[in-house]
Amino acid sequence: MAPHICQLCNTSRAQILRPKNHARICAPCFIDIFEREIAETITSTNLFQPGERIAIGASGGKDSTVLASVLKTLNDRHAWGLDLVLLSIDEGITGYRDHSLDAVKRNSVEYDLPLKIVSYEELYGWSMDQVVAQIGKKGNCTYCGVFRRQALDRGAAMLGVGHVVTGHNADDVAETVLMNLLRGDLPRLGRATSILTSTPSATMSKTDSEAKGGEVTITNVKRSKPLMYAYEKEIVMYAHYKKLDYFSTECIYSPEAFRGSARTLIKNLERIRPESILDVVRSGIDMAKLVPNAEGQPKGAVEAVVRNEVEDEAEGGCGGSNAKEVVSEMAQMEQKLRQDERAEEAGTETEIKLPSKVLDGQRPDRDVNPDLLPVAALTTHIQGQTHGRQAQTDGQQLPSDIRTVTIRTKQEKKSSRKATRDAPPPKQKLGQCERCGYLSSQAVCKACMLLEGLNKARPRTGIEVG
Amino acid sequence: MAESSAPGGYPIPITVEFTGGLELLFGNERKHKVVLPARLENGSSPNISFLLGYLVDNLMQDERKDMFIMEDSVRPGVLVLINDADWELEGEDAYELQAGDTIVFVSTLHGG
Repeated sequence: MAPHICQLCNTSRAQILRPKNHARICAPCFIDIFEREIAETITSTNLFQPGERIAIGASGGKDSTVLASVLKTLNDRHAWGLDLVLLSIDEGITGYRDHSLDAVKRNSVEYDLPLKIVSYEELYGWSMDQVVAQIGKKGNCTYCGVFRRQALDRGAAMLGVGHVVTGHNADDVAETVLMNLLRGDLPRLGRATSILTSTPSATMSKTDSEAKGGEVTITNVKRSKPLMYAYEKEIVMYAHYKKLDYFSTECIYSPEAFRGSARTLIKNLERIRPESILDVVRSGIDMAKLVPNAEGQPKGAVEAVVRNEVEDEAEGGCGGSNAKEVVSEMAQMEQKLRQDERAEEAGTETEIKLPSKVLDGQRPDRDVNPDLLPVAALTTHIQGQTHGRQAQTDGQQLPSDIRTVTIRTKQEKKSSRKATRDAPPPKQKLGQCERCGYLSSQAVCKACMLLEGLNKARPRTGIEVG
Repeated sequence: MAESSAPGGYPIPITVEFTGGLELLFGNERKHKVVLPARLENGSSPNISFLLGYLVDNLMQDERKDMFIMEDSVRPGVLVLINDADWELEGEDAYELQAGDTIVFVSTLHGG
């Protein structure tokens, strides 16, 4: 086949076929245009302020490595004066995170950027290895997501940074758009398709409290995704042609998550019509504008972002191929977490709290039948059989029409019940977690709730992992 | 494209490289030297399509071939570079291999 000539410089052999527009260009032209497009994205959205201190969420993987490299290059080239620092989270996953952290350390040296590593172990007293040893491989991604979100914010606070950037690419955003479409979760589209989200964060980390005498500081932690319009394929090609050093393996605990199905769809679609990825991203952006969020505020509103982004992260972090068995468990756990929040804040759905309805002298804190699952009008998980079974065994007259039942597993139920007893969770009010001081609209933030469950079940003899 | 006058032609030595996690399927080795026959049974020259089958049958040391192959071609999400150029520019599966070619398979299917 006759070699193609680069359409930009008309000199060298074409090496890349760009998915977004089928342009045929050589590697040097590709590197140049890739960097220029990122710079354009950043300047046209006013993503950064001159002299701003930015933490780059760095996992050692392809996206964050390319992000760090490009930001460093652009910062130097355009003299934006940004103060860049690498922030890495150590979830404590042997055989995976320890290797990828080595890659981040090499990046830190190569790009001459300071590196801060924050570990789950130091923040929560639990590494993911220990969590999985305790709860098995079901729902662990949810824990990891909740913890990571807080960990990034706390790490940023420790560094005195108000802006965290992550390496989410166009494929990631397109997958998230599809996922939320498939689940009918349109309100989340706003956050998924915004290049910049801003959430207030109240932290009382040790460093902060020493510095400020225990006072809680409320800072605005911004999150952005400068690579949002960059194709995953191009990120990989960029890393290849620039010979960037990154780490590439799946998290060993990532079961095949629901995101895997959306990912397969996207990848197959890309084969037939590569422009579709960016088209889906743009459709997502347009759709998000049409959807008012629950509070009726413009998209990207502060409160809505805080809680639910957790689940975005949880799914974003765990890539993977197709899921079968574990999908339902994780989906149930997510749904339960979501339903708890929705039921409490929106107050639009009827909520039947079984413990309070228990009849005939049974103790209110008797464990609820874990088979009872939420049957909300809009959810896809409708398990009517158990619903009926429950009605029979307890002699309760559960109505046959559809209602929401807040699902309670043992862990979740105990910790949230304590919360409701101690302090009724405020609706839409930003308060602080009474345990850790982290910003939360609940009396106890989600991470503390999960931790409480973990700690209660922790055996007295420590779990030796690895 | 140099054609040999010898019957069947010269065998075709190429270099195959795996990155992005694919090396795990091939004994954790990134680079492999492979020699392909000059002609296949049906008389045609070996192309990428043939190479894929050849790799799965002869080089793969892992059961999970669906991480690499899907329905007779590479799994979507695996990039193929022929002499450092996108295979889409060279004819994809139909590209006929030549001596000294370097084929790189890069998987993009992992967390970033």
